[in-house]
Amino acid sequence: MEKYYLDHLDQLESEAIHIFREVAGQFEKPVLLFSGGKDSITLVHLALRAFRPGNFPFPLLHIDTGHNFPEVLQFRDALVHEIGEQLIVRKVEDTIRSKNLSEPKGKFASRNALQTFTLLDAIEEFKFDACIGGARRDEEKARAKERIFSVRDEFGQWDPKLQRPELWNIYNGKIHKGENVRVFPISNWTELDIWNYIKRHQIALPSIYFAHQRKVIEYEGQLVAISPFIQIAEDDCITTKQVRYRTVGDMSCTAAIESTATNIDDIIVEIIATKTSERGETRIDDKISEAAMEDRKKNGYF
Amino acid sequence: MDILRFITAGSVDDGKSTLIGRLLYDSKSIMVDQLMAIQQQTKHKALGAIDLALLTDGLRAEREQGITIDVAYKYFSTPVRKFIIADAPGHVQYTRNMVTGASNANLIIILIDARNGVVEQTKRHSIIAALLKIPHVIIAINKMDMVNYSEDTFNNIVIDYAAVAESLGLNNITYIPISALNGDNIVEKSELLSWYDGPSLLSLLENISIHQDVDLNITRFPVQYVIRPQSPKWHDYRGYAGKLISGVIRQGDAVTVLPEGLTTTIDYIELNGKKVNEAFAPQSIVLHLNDDIDVGRGNLIVLSHQLPTVSKEITTLICWMDAKPLQKGNRYWLQINSTMVKCMVSEIQYALDVNTLEQKNNVSNIGLNEIGKIVLKTASPLAFDSYNTLRANGGAILIDEASNVTVGACMLQ
Repeated sequence: MEKYYLDHLDQLESEAIHIFREVAGQFEKPVLLFSGGKDSITLVHLALRAFRPGNFPFPLLHIDTGHNFPEVLQFRDALVHEIGEQLIVRKVEDTIRSKNLSEPKGKFASRNALQTFTLLDAIEEFKFDACIGGARRDEEKARAKERIFSVRDEFGQWDPKLQRPELWNIYNGKIHKGENVRVFPISNWTELDIWNYIKRHQIALPSIYFAHQRKVIEYEGQLVAISPFIQIAEDDCITTKQVRYRTVGDMSCTAAIESTATNIDDIIVEIIATKTSERGETRIDDKISEAAMEDRKKNGYF
Repeated sequence: MDILRFITAGSVDDGKSTLIGRLLYDSKSIMVDQLMAIQQQTKHKALGAIDLALLTDGLRAEREQGITIDVAYKYFSTPVRKFIIADAPGHVQYTRNMVTGASNANLIIILIDARNGVVEQTKRHSIIAALLKIPHVIIAINKMDMVNYSEDTFNNIVIDYAAVAESLGLNNITYIPISALNGDNIVEKSELLSWYDGPSLLSLLENISIHQDVDLNITRFPVQYVIRPQSPKWHDYRGYAGKLISGVIRQGDAVTVLPEGLTTTIDYIELNGKKVNEAFAPQSIVLHLNDDIDVGRGNLIVLSHQLPTVSKEITTLICWMDAKPLQKGNRYWLQINSTMVKCMVSEIQYALDVNTLEQKNNVSNIGLNEIGKIVLKTASPLAFDSYNTLRANGGAILIDEASNVTVGACMLQ
């Protein structure tokens, strides 16, 4: 082993801290988008490493669909209390009311698409010029093409054909008034990198990531938790299974997986052995069309 | 486990996407649902076998046109290494994307179609590899199955390419015969190429030594952000946050803060909140200085016995990336790491058309995808190194003042 050697997790960490500090140095009103999932929890951990003993030069923003797992909300509040940083919550419910939007319908009516309205309203309300998010390029094909600093126009739109070249480790954050930049510090991390990093630094996570007993229905091969947010038909078979969540989204559009992994080591073993991608296995909303993510991103989704 | 970043370059039908698909597929980095999705698309497009190229085409327009528009990043790992692939398009008009992908790469794989040998496009890709000083080059001679796995064909291409490499000053070159479509020499060595005595492509990628790609001899620390908690507990705390882009720094080192040239010593170094005696590139750290001097974002901290160039006049090679050409007299922002200064183009020495490889002197502008040599005058002194000696502090970008778009990639001289 060489004397001055950084392994892949240390390199990824340093790269992410560097990106966080570029945001702090280049923008007036940044914000960190926090969902309560493992990726945004990792972002918070990296921000602590980038800025302590100072405070974060930005608040956290949670776009609350109202369809959350209660365990995740509890975790969010406890974490914010522990680190002593500011949390802003904006509710999709309020956007639906104020804009007179129609609630999505169907068996697994998802407010996922409506989140974009609430996010764009919050950006407008607070004049945020940089929104830091936990998207990773390994998640999805459209994300594989996105820059680390990704410029959105005043309507929040992403134009994949007009992206700025991003060279070396130089990040161009210059924008016009009304535009904003989406920043992705963990672009180069994979799902497995995240879990190995969580293990190395013993980062706490919401309990739904670990195997537990839950009442679910099986629908087209996916396990969906019983909640007030989905419609249950008479022929749905409700069973109790030992499950865990691989991603954290809304209760209405995130599927559970059968698992016995009750700790991080077990989860890492499970992910190495898995044959299905993270989003393919657990996101009901990505299956609608081949370009589902690309279309949502063009319209301002994360 | 470390990280190897590489870029693949090839002409449109050289099988670049197929090669990447093959690496991902054979290293078991493709998931069942992703495979099923491309199986379906292959049916849509009425093709025969699974089209591995579809894995890397992320945007709708790319899938429809069967081309790659933008740099896509792909990830896979083996027990030895994590790999980040920048998949850059091969066509002429997207040179800027290749430069983008090449800027961070440890290694480039240039694909040559065994039936066609070294073509103009191969030379263009090699010019970019030389310009961006990519430390390692693999010449993958692909479609060996189409030339009956002929050793002579391979050897002739090697001789042809060696001449190109020599004219460009490219070194650290490894040659390998492959068939991406059939998987020959990709993960396992192929029996059909038994005359080739080197390792498989994946084995090459796993074993190339990249440790020396980070310069540990010359110390450079661009200040990104000043941490000042201003709380009762941390009343006097003032830390300079940044990433050590090259070299090693130790407590007590005599340092100079540029461009002003003020000198002081390192009081202590913090790494993730803990005091350490020394830090090395590419760690993100916080530096504390012994003297109370004015330091902020845009400053460069260096060891006092290793000063870089500090100048308001900079000669640079440039790859132009915007439809609106660079013109003498134009003003831009010049950004190098965390430093931003205004600058003006005071001279264009020459432009090189990458397509025709023709060097044009006495030109008044440099167009999209052209390479040139220019002189910039900056509004204030800039501290930098020659890209040839220190890649980490010699690469810079030009930003258009009106559009804010990144329009040029500079390799400072």
